Amino acid sequence: MTTTTTTSPAPPVALLERFRVPAGFALGAVLLLGVAPLALSDFRLSLLAKYLCYAIVAVGVSLAWGRGGLMVLGQGVFFGLGGYAMAMHLKLADAAATGQTLPDFMQLYGTGDTLPWWWEPFANPAFALAMTVLLPMAVAALLGFFVFQRRVKGAYFAILSQALAAALAIWLVGQQATTGGTNGLTDIQGFFGYSLDDPVNQRMVYFIIAAVLLLLMAAARQLFVSRYGELLIAVRDSEERVRFLGYNPANVKLVAYVIAAGMAGLAGALFVPAVGIISPALIGIVPSIGFVIGAAVGGRASLVGAVLGAIAVAWAQSTLSDAFPAAWTYLQGLLFVVAVGFLPGGLASLGIVLRKRRAGTGTGTRTTGETA
Amino acid sequence: MSGLSISRRGLLAGISAAGASAALSACGAKTGSDTSSDSAAKADTSGSTVKVGLLNSLSGTMAISEVTVHNALLLAIKEINAAGGVLGKKLKAVSQDGASDWPTFAEKAEALIKDDKVAATFGCWTSASRKAVKPVFERYKSLLFYPVQYEGLEQSPYIFYIGATTNQQIVPALDYLKKQGLTKLYLVGSDYVFPRTANKEIQAYAKAKGMTVVGEDYAPLGSTEFGTIVNKVKDSGADAVFNTLNGDSNVAFFKEYKSSGLTAKSMPVLSVSIAEEEVKSIGTQYLEDQLTAWNYYQTTPGAANTKFVAAYQAEYGKDKPTSDPMEAAYISVYLWKEMVEKAGSFDVAKVKAASDGITLDAPEGKVTVDGATQHVYKTARIGTVGADGLITEVWNSGKPIKPDPYLKGYDWASGLS
Amino acid sequence: MTVILNQSFTGISIGAVLLLIALGLTLTFGQMGVINMAHGEFIMAGAYTTYVLQKSISSAGVSLLVALPVAFLVAGAMGVLLEWLLIRRLYTRPLDTLLVTWGVSLMLQQLARDIFGAPNVQTHAPDLLTGNISLGGGITLANSRLFILGLALLSVLALTLILKLTPLGRRIRAVVQNRDLAEVSGIATERVDRTTFFIGSGLAGVAGVALTLVGPIGPTMGTNYIVDAFLVVVVGGIGQLKGSVITAFALGVLQSVLEYSTTVSVAKVIVLVAIVAFLQWRPQGLYTLRTRSLA
Repeated sequence: MTTTTTTSPAPPVALLERFRVPAGFALGAVLLLGVAPLALSDFRLSLLAKYLCYAIVAVGVSLAWGRGGLMVLGQGVFFGLGGYAMAMHLKLADAAATGQTLPDFMQLYGTGDTLPWWWEPFANPAFALAMTVLLPMAVAALLGFFVFQRRVKGAYFAILSQALAAALAIWLVGQQATTGGTNGLTDIQGFFGYSLDDPVNQRMVYFIIAAVLLLLMAAARQLFVSRYGELLIAVRDSEERVRFLGYNPANVKLVAYVIAAGMAGLAGALFVPAVGIISPALIGIVPSIGFVIGAAVGGRASLVGAVLGAIAVAWAQSTLSDAFPAAWTYLQGLLFVVAVGFLPGGLASLGIVLRKRRAGTGTGTRTTGETA
Repeated sequence: MSGLSISRRGLLAGISAAGASAALSACGAKTGSDTSSDSAAKADTSGSTVKVGLLNSLSGTMAISEVTVHNALLLAIKEINAAGGVLGKKLKAVSQDGASDWPTFAEKAEALIKDDKVAATFGCWTSASRKAVKPVFERYKSLLFYPVQYEGLEQSPYIFYIGATTNQQIVPALDYLKKQGLTKLYLVGSDYVFPRTANKEIQAYAKAKGMTVVGEDYAPLGSTEFGTIVNKVKDSGADAVFNTLNGDSNVAFFKEYKSSGLTAKSMPVLSVSIAEEEVKSIGTQYLEDQLTAWNYYQTTPGAANTKFVAAYQAEYGKDKPTSDPMEAAYISVYLWKEMVEKAGSFDVAKVKAASDGITLDAPEGKVTVDGATQHVYKTARIGTVGADGLITEVWNSGKPIKPDPYLKGYDWASGLS
Repeated sequence: MTVILNQSFTGISIGAVLLLIALGLTLTFGQMGVINMAHGEFIMAGAYTTYVLQKSISSAGVSLLVALPVAFLVAGAMGVLLEWLLIRRLYTRPLDTLLVTWGVSLMLQQLARDIFGAPNVQTHAPDLLTGNISLGGGITLANSRLFILGLALLSVLALTLILKLTPLGRRIRAVVQNRDLAEVSGIATERVDRTTFFIGSGLAGVAGVALTLVGPIGPTMGTNYIVDAFLVVVVGGIGQLKGSVITAFALGVLQSVLEYSTTVSVAKVIVLVAIVAFLQWRPQGLYTLRTRSLA
């Protein structure tokens, strides 16, 4: 089983240490809600909004993978479900605003004049909003229940998740008349009545995303230090021992998996107004791996590390790939190899690793996390 | 521990309050209201150079095709600069990588318009990427020149469609097949917008003109198993296959097709997405004598083409073929130049107004911009693949065909849009 | 009847391709538990080997035959290099291996792009292999498919013989069943690992040569096959050669039947969902290797 011991919180030794978390959180809040909107242009801010969506996924990844040891390689599925749920509502709202009954793409590629039955409930904003989170969670619960109950091993679970991601992507592409096919759902004009063409509203979307991220980070942090959080780590590090102590590890894992799925769904839902599109390209195997890599680079078990890692990788992707498309691919591959292979605690553990090395207590990164 | 959590809660309350107040103080425009005044982006044309955006996939699965278009665009810009630029200003190409990912295309389009303040953007290949950037160009009222044949049924005021629409490629191809007496068709395509829309039109055409469609099959993009589809084609008794497969799938399809014993003689395949570049990667062994439908081939006669092919090969290598989308990309820059010079300004509204009737002696022959649809009059050309990998024309429409993206001029297509 | 026979053959040919690409994985993933996402790029290396050899050997038939052993060596060497550089450090973290080798696969794809260019390349298939055998009544068997089928079966046979009859095979099986016990019995487990990885990766190279007959040859060709290959091994049961053989052909036939009755996309989705459902019901796959470990 995958283990990382580097980031388990040290017992608070100083008063300073006690306020490290709230102070850090306050700093993050000031940066995201105060500094960034003032310092960045509308365009850069909308890019940041997109990266923050990936960061929200990373919060869930940090919980399920970092703390629970569950290799969640199907986050694209949940991201996509949340995104499509939101986009379906917004497309219907756009159509209604112009007096149409069908979204634009259905008029072009559809087969009839009636809305498919499974689209209809999404006209209701409350239902659609609930679905952005509940749908991914339900799918995760269904999959996870059997998988964890039957003690499916990590490798199986990872490949299973990938198969599911591939299946959903192919299905969405194949149902062009009702899902928009490869195009996905595009050209979204409004967000609950507010025009997305207006930069002011774009900023609002950013604020919502940033606030959601901060809230989820706070919630995840509480979960990490709770009794459940301890149990989750125990399951990750020694599932058998937890079982012998009388807990059911399957349930512990299931909770983390379902929460992570819900977060990915919410991130997908927020991605839609921020970027204006959701498509099968965000769902398949490659994006699903992309969702965990940011967390891996930053430090999967460290919440802040995972979030910053996700933002940094997304930023690097969009900045470096223009200037050096070939070199960026090498760098990306190298990042996977170095961050995961040699620094399993991610960049967040770099300080600890270096300190250990200086003190001569550790033999470097290689031994880290190889406790059985 | 309790003190800690209280302070955290206080903090959260503070933040949510801040968020809420921001929400209240900054209510933007509602949907449907006019926001044009502040969202239209202004291109920066003040200096001695003018930036133009190139938006192609330089990485990812589509890079194979899109890099060639990118090269053709760069060639046109280089030539224009060597000849003095546009309105006395040199062009500066800003390349952004769409990375074969549609949301990335939208992001990069915005970067070109807002950060680089380009005067116009050239690029996109797949319909999906065009659909993804369309709202961006419309929001900021900036121009996109799209160089690839596509499925029609679209007419954005901020996109110029330089590739063929269906009535300049698919309809003439059907006319040709009908004339050859090949009236029983089997439709094979990749599972995405272009093949599905094209096949809908083919079905309508066949119904009205006494042709029959004996089968219709789609493979997921990138699919490499064609055993079943080829079996079905073989058993269908079709006269010809109309092929709208894209990319890698063509390789697997034609290899399977040949090994099942089907040939260009027994059942010809007419492809609309296989150009010179693709022929090279599939192999002439599998493609010889099969049909293609485009508006341009490397072998198309004319001085303009001789010059284009020579210039391209001098720039990128003797063995590099030129193809229809590359040619369309190449002329799109020239067409924009003509529009700007006729308008005497880089202003988008003026350029659009000046576009109607712009004519160019292009490598593909004479092309004329139709201002009403923002498409281009193009000559349809059917060709066959030769043993040398080049495509030779066997039929053309004689004169440029007026673009008709919604097929309004065709009775049989009345139920389509 | 013709349809059924032709479709069965199609199903078997799909199965043969699946088997060939999964065979190497039954060793590296099945026996060693290494999730090597770069396996697809070893397949690619095999295909490009064919392409390169054709430049110097003009006869398509000869070059194909020469390519088989050469591709085995090329891909095998790449595998050993990967094992030595990275994977041996990660044996205790199989899931991390997945991400690390995914990174390696990205780099190898880019390397192929830099060496051979981004577009697909073409190889010339020998005329014999582009034809077909007609059995009458509209039933035809494509020679290329027969060749792949034969190659797959031959590889299975060779692998079985190695595992069952040679000292190396005995050592491999010993390490799989109980690494610690094998180690104390004097088996150099690290060397066995490396050899196993060499053979597994080499088989990917052989698969690559065969795939030039039916599919595209390009930098990203490996990604087309990698997940399918893993699914075959997972469904077959880790560490079980016969499980993979049965699964490959079963999935192939299932795919071809579904393709015929529905569409290719729907068939693919159904197969994937069926696999997910199957593994929920039987998470250890078709066949299980009995070990005494708890997990």
